[in-house]
Amino acid sequence: MPPSNLQAALEALLFSSDQPLTLTLLAESLDAPPERVAEALVALETAYAARGAGVQLREIAGGHLLVTSPEHSEWVGRLLRGRKKMRLSRPALETMAIVAYKQPVTKAEIESIRGVDSSAVLGTLLERSLVTIRGRSKVVGRPLLYGTTQEFLDYFGLRELAELPRPEELRALVAAREPEQLDMMELEAPADAVANSVFSELEVVAMVGSDLPASTDQPHEVEPLSPGELDEALDQEVAEKGRTSRDRPRD
Amino acid sequence: MTAGEPGVKGTEVGTPGGAPAPGAPATATPGVGGRPEGIPTRGAPGSVMVKLVRFEGPLDLLLHLIKRDEIDIYDIPIAHITQQYLTYIELMRSLDLEVAGEFLVMAATLMRIKAKMLLPLPSVGEEEEEGDPREELVQRLIEYRQFKEAAGTLKSREEERRLLFERGMLPGADEAGPLPLAPATLFDLLDALNRVMLRIPEHTVYDVRTETYDVEEKMSLIARTVAERGAVSFTTLMQECRARAEVIVTFIALLELVKLGQVGVTQAEPFGDIQIVARTREGSGTDAPVESPGGA
Repeated sequence: MPPSNLQAALEALLFSSDQPLTLTLLAESLDAPPERVAEALVALETAYAARGAGVQLREIAGGHLLVTSPEHSEWVGRLLRGRKKMRLSRPALETMAIVAYKQPVTKAEIESIRGVDSSAVLGTLLERSLVTIRGRSKVVGRPLLYGTTQEFLDYFGLRELAELPRPEELRALVAAREPEQLDMMELEAPADAVANSVFSELEVVAMVGSDLPASTDQPHEVEPLSPGELDEALDQEVAEKGRTSRDRPRD
Repeated sequence: MTAGEPGVKGTEVGTPGGAPAPGAPATATPGVGGRPEGIPTRGAPGSVMVKLVRFEGPLDLLLHLIKRDEIDIYDIPIAHITQQYLTYIELMRSLDLEVAGEFLVMAATLMRIKAKMLLPLPSVGEEEEEGDPREELVQRLIEYRQFKEAAGTLKSREEERRLLFERGMLPGADEAGPLPLAPATLFDLLDALNRVMLRIPEHTVYDVRTETYDVEEKMSLIARTVAERGAVSFTTLMQECRARAEVIVTFIALLELVKLGQVGVTQAEPFGDIQIVARTREGSGTDAPVESPGGA
């Protein structure tokens, strides 16, 4: 028997949770068909937006999460004071990107793309649960394979992996940026800059977008690890981090 | 966009005579895209201040050089880029910066490619590819550049996400200061006491302390004993001592008493027990203060 006021009940559920809630779970808890819950979600989202509420409904990591509106972040930030999360360093972001796009991927592959040792930075990402060990590759040496986690999606506010720009879109972004001599990592307002540079340089995109590194590598055959093996591997990889101090995330 | 380029190149080597870079190091050269790299700035005369960008690796540095010199990545002038690259490495070295091994490997790669390009066409078929020797490097650069871009995307997502706060991010119990106090009854207190008392007999506590011995104390003790009993044997006196230190202190006290003439020592036979006897004219058993000699 669904609640008489579905939207209000939905709001109650969302309010109670600090984790994204999937549509399935919401529908189950509300004893209502998913389609109706989905409608209610949209209605709720619209209602918040319409009255300029202090909270918003966001789709993050495959679920629905009630968060504070970005325009109030300053005040919430003051309330939370020092408890803000650390930002990832540039090497960490680079490594994160490679894992996200190439997963499951070995450390050797990451290092061959970055051209530098990446043990430490990978250890940090593992420690922060943004990356996990997926298993071992069946290639020679049975290297560990890395992939992203739910926390990764949450940390970057992504609904799903597919929300990341596709490789060809990335190339377009690169192409669009080239003539401007901008250094993307130094931008103050990355979101705006990315948007502007993309849309003003569409022609360039079309021209340059054609010749790209052909993705020749075939995906790994994954051999899963037992929980014990996984724990051991994780411990070892995180410990690896301590060996070099560079590539640490800094704020 | 290209205005500052030649000057920048000159200055990067660290020669102060290059571009006039007055004042602030960062703002001086708009040509490098807002990212000051290797721009020496004159601080005091005769000293050169260099601000170096930290490159994540050789690919990062190469991409930077390519961008800076507006080089077509698909047609890299390898001699030029190699020279620029080596200049940079040299600069890092001259500044006593640790040049990571990867940078040197790349330097070797660049020189190998350069050498190959100089060779006449019938190439030594050692490489897997017969084509452009730059091919592999170009592919790596392009791929790396793409992931740098992806990292930039992630960075902006990170920034956006940081503005959103979900529930439960408020300071936890341990950080929020003391919890409101709950009233405790007398019985609670008694219970607590009871729990403590139950726990206590389980441990036997040994308290070890060092005893201190005092010569004057010993002196008065001996004097009193001798006064009470008339005489006491040396053995008896020492039997009461528990530690070597006490024996020594007692002995010193005895010597002191003998010296002061308050007690006398006698020995009935060679190697026999020594008797300590009173030396005062009359025993005056009530008090025999040693401190004030003689009691007179």
